[in-house]
Amino acid sequence: MSDTDKPKQDDAPVGAPVDVADDSTADTRADAGADAGADREARSRSMLREIASGDALSGVLAVFLAVFVGSVMIAATDDGVRETLSYITARPSDFFSALWDAISGAYSAMFRGAVYNNLVTDPAQQWRPLTETLKFAGPLILGGLGVGLAFRAAMFNIGGRGQMLLAGGAAAWIGFRFDLPMIIHLPLAVLVGMLFGALWGGIAGLLKARTGAHEVIVTIMLNYVGYYLVFWALTKEWLLATPGSVNPKSPPMKDSAILPKVLGDRFNLHFGFIIALVAVAVVWWLLNRSTLGYRIRAVGENPNAARASGINVGRTYTVVMMLGGALLGLAGVNQVLGTVTSGVSVDIDAGIGFDAITVALLGRSRPLGILAAGILFGAFKAGGFTMQASENISVDLVLVVQSLIVLFLAAPPLVRAIFRLPAQEAK
Amino acid sequence: MRLVLRGITKRFGSMVANDSISLTVEPGEIHCLLGENGAGKSTLMNVLYGLYKADEGEIELDGKVQHFTGPGDAMAAGIGMVHQHFMLIPVFTVAENVMLGNETTGFAGSLDLDAASARVTEISERFGFHVNPDSLVEDLPVGVQQRVEIIKALSRDAELLVFDEPTAVLTPQETDELMDIMRQLKEAGKAIVFITHKLREVRAVADRITVIRLGKVVGEADPKASNAELASMMVGRPVELVVHKDPPTLGDAAFVVKDLRVVDAAGHVHVNGLSFTIRAGEVLAVAGVQGNGQTELTEAILGLQDDVTGSITLDGVELVGRSTRKILDAGVGFIPEDRQVDGLVPGFTIAENLMLNRSFKSPFVKNGSLRLGALREFAQKKLTEYDVRARDIDALATNLSGGNQQKVVVARELSRDLRLLVAAQPTRGVDVGSIEFIHKQIVATRDSGIPVLVVSTELDEVVALADRIMVLYRGQVVGIVPADTPRETLGLMMTGERPKDLKDVVA
Repeated sequence: MSDTDKPKQDDAPVGAPVDVADDSTADTRADAGADAGADREARSRSMLREIASGDALSGVLAVFLAVFVGSVMIAATDDGVRETLSYITARPSDFFSALWDAISGAYSAMFRGAVYNNLVTDPAQQWRPLTETLKFAGPLILGGLGVGLAFRAAMFNIGGRGQMLLAGGAAAWIGFRFDLPMIIHLPLAVLVGMLFGALWGGIAGLLKARTGAHEVIVTIMLNYVGYYLVFWALTKEWLLATPGSVNPKSPPMKDSAILPKVLGDRFNLHFGFIIALVAVAVVWWLLNRSTLGYRIRAVGENPNAARASGINVGRTYTVVMMLGGALLGLAGVNQVLGTVTSGVSVDIDAGIGFDAITVALLGRSRPLGILAAGILFGAFKAGGFTMQASENISVDLVLVVQSLIVLFLAAPPLVRAIFRLPAQEAK
Repeated sequence: MRLVLRGITKRFGSMVANDSISLTVEPGEIHCLLGENGAGKSTLMNVLYGLYKADEGEIELDGKVQHFTGPGDAMAAGIGMVHQHFMLIPVFTVAENVMLGNETTGFAGSLDLDAASARVTEISERFGFHVNPDSLVEDLPVGVQQRVEIIKALSRDAELLVFDEPTAVLTPQETDELMDIMRQLKEAGKAIVFITHKLREVRAVADRITVIRLGKVVGEADPKASNAELASMMVGRPVELVVHKDPPTLGDAAFVVKDLRVVDAAGHVHVNGLSFTIRAGEVLAVAGVQGNGQTELTEAILGLQDDVTGSITLDGVELVGRSTRKILDAGVGFIPEDRQVDGLVPGFTIAENLMLNRSFKSPFVKNGSLRLGALREFAQKKLTEYDVRARDIDALATNLSGGNQQKVVVARELSRDLRLLVAAQPTRGVDVGSIEFIHKQIVATRDSGIPVLVVSTELDEVVALADRIMVLYRGQVVGIVPADTPRETLGLMMTGERPKDLKDVVA
């Protein structure tokens, strides 16, 4: 047995639940000189890390489990299934065929709505659902990157909604107020949106760096501040209000500020998705190849060691939150200048600010994981509507499945127990 | 009580922590378990204490096979454990702590504190512990707190006492007192298991020595065996215990600290008016019991403390008030006292950890992006040069043993252009083989003409490395003395007493 085979002998009590047994084998717990407070902090940090950056397998299993539980719920709420259940002993085959019809009907409807529709003949229309999925995926990916980046610095950015709203409002203001050539107008609107998102996220980072205020509380509160700020702006004509209208909605965007369609006017897919793909590449480079990303990861994994190595931890927090805010800002811009160009209102974020947390968790805070998770959730969104329309299954069921995914992600030991996987061992 | 462990095997996944270990402890005997960190001593004791279930083997007490499901069973069977980290509640009194988990209650569940006090007093008097049952634990010195742990075990009629690395937190004097207590307990017929990796202590009290290496019993040793014999049994190869170093070639007074004062956020003064000088090519070792300002001193040098007054100059450049990054850039190498907390990023690879304090400029950085090629080449070289035992440079730091982790930290710090080396507890929790290596590196650094500040709570280490020794007590210098000062004098100074005839040696 070589040295490397030993368990983490003098590992600090990392406290990830699965590792507890191994940690206490440490012969030299004396080494971890941290006091109880620091210990607890480290524990919650590593808990967050475990949830936000576990292995890909448990992500896949969580999705699988959630879909399974979803199927049970579909079956339980289906009239045909309930009817046949009453005489299941007499004719069990009826029950099972009803069960199959309900579940397969639901998921095939979802597939038709999200990927490929075999019920229409026009080849272009057949693939239209996929473009819808990608359209929905764009802001989810951008938002997921914003939240995931903060996760890598061990920060929880719950302020997606506020950051999106502020950014969307600012981009809209540029978008409908000015008459400029597209080559200036569109980039300007996008950049101003990002800037406001960065500002809104940066406040939380700066407060944490300077005063130790917890970013979870600050970002939640900034969601309210942002919401009502935009609401107020929608009542002022010099800001976002439509002249002569009492609706809290801004005028529509000028054509020169609208993200162009990628596949022509027959499809809704706009350049927001391309921006999301570029953002995935940029964030990947940032995290894995840049010095800033290196420092972000160092601060996220062990702020004490980062500080002792001359890294300014506070500044890193601020920068991370600004970058995360900018990415969520892009998600907001994506909505305002791409998906809903008829004008900004306070529900423009469409829940993406919070869905982004789920996407980041499912994507394990890795850019490519977030890309995959974003597309999956885009498919849920696009397919959910078809499911409701054609099979009369509530679209809320999709939300249940999404929530279950997070639930299973947050409880890796549960998933491991269900699939009888071995507990994670020290390598 | 006679304890027999028979063929105890404990596995964690593919790794065997205890490989069919057999052991007999007789009443009235001090049985030493000697082994390096990670040899499996604590795992074995946790099996004995019911915290782990053995995969194979059995535990027998006075001829009866035991099946413990938890520490409660072990305690009931008469096993007492004195943990390395005290399991005491600081804001409770001694009596309250002793009764905790074993409370006697009166009417409506009211606590019978008088009975507990009486019990403490009785045990305390029987063994001459001098513990007041009504003192708050947080007000007691560490050595006395440890006695409270012992009283706690004895109050539950423990017949077998396990001491898990009990001397790590004690002064030399307190250690001697503990040895006396252990001898007394032995006289009273208790069986004692004493876990340690310190050879001096083993030879002082042990009746029998069992050496464990890599989870296996490698044999019994004679208490009269020499240090070198014990060490080579423990490590599995001959070890040099003495640090060979030539007389220092002293240069200018390169590192000067004047009237340093460090105050924490709560207003406690940790370092109070400290002044000393280290010359180029000299090792100044700081001795003292843990918690007497050593940590704050090193952190102040590195710019990690907020409230620092006084002056710290390196080659004439003032360091106080500069950021940590600027201080590191000025050529200060820092081996922090706790590598897990301040030295390493556990989730980073060895290569990533090797550039931790050089993430701003060359050689590993160019225009804001990482030069992974240069980093890998560097890491590969250091892996060989510093004999880090790991799969490859992509192994995560968290999966390395303590000694190898420390070698990564040492490699990182010594690979830069240094003007000063600050090494705090450089070999804590490190195996004997690595200690030898790290000590050699520190001496080599000194010989290259760099001032070195070593902080250690292990007197052996201080004496081995120092050209001069500075003893700290409550944030103040008790004295700066030559390296050949007798251990008794140093031990006395560590309690704050300054011998009358003592003369400081000036740099």
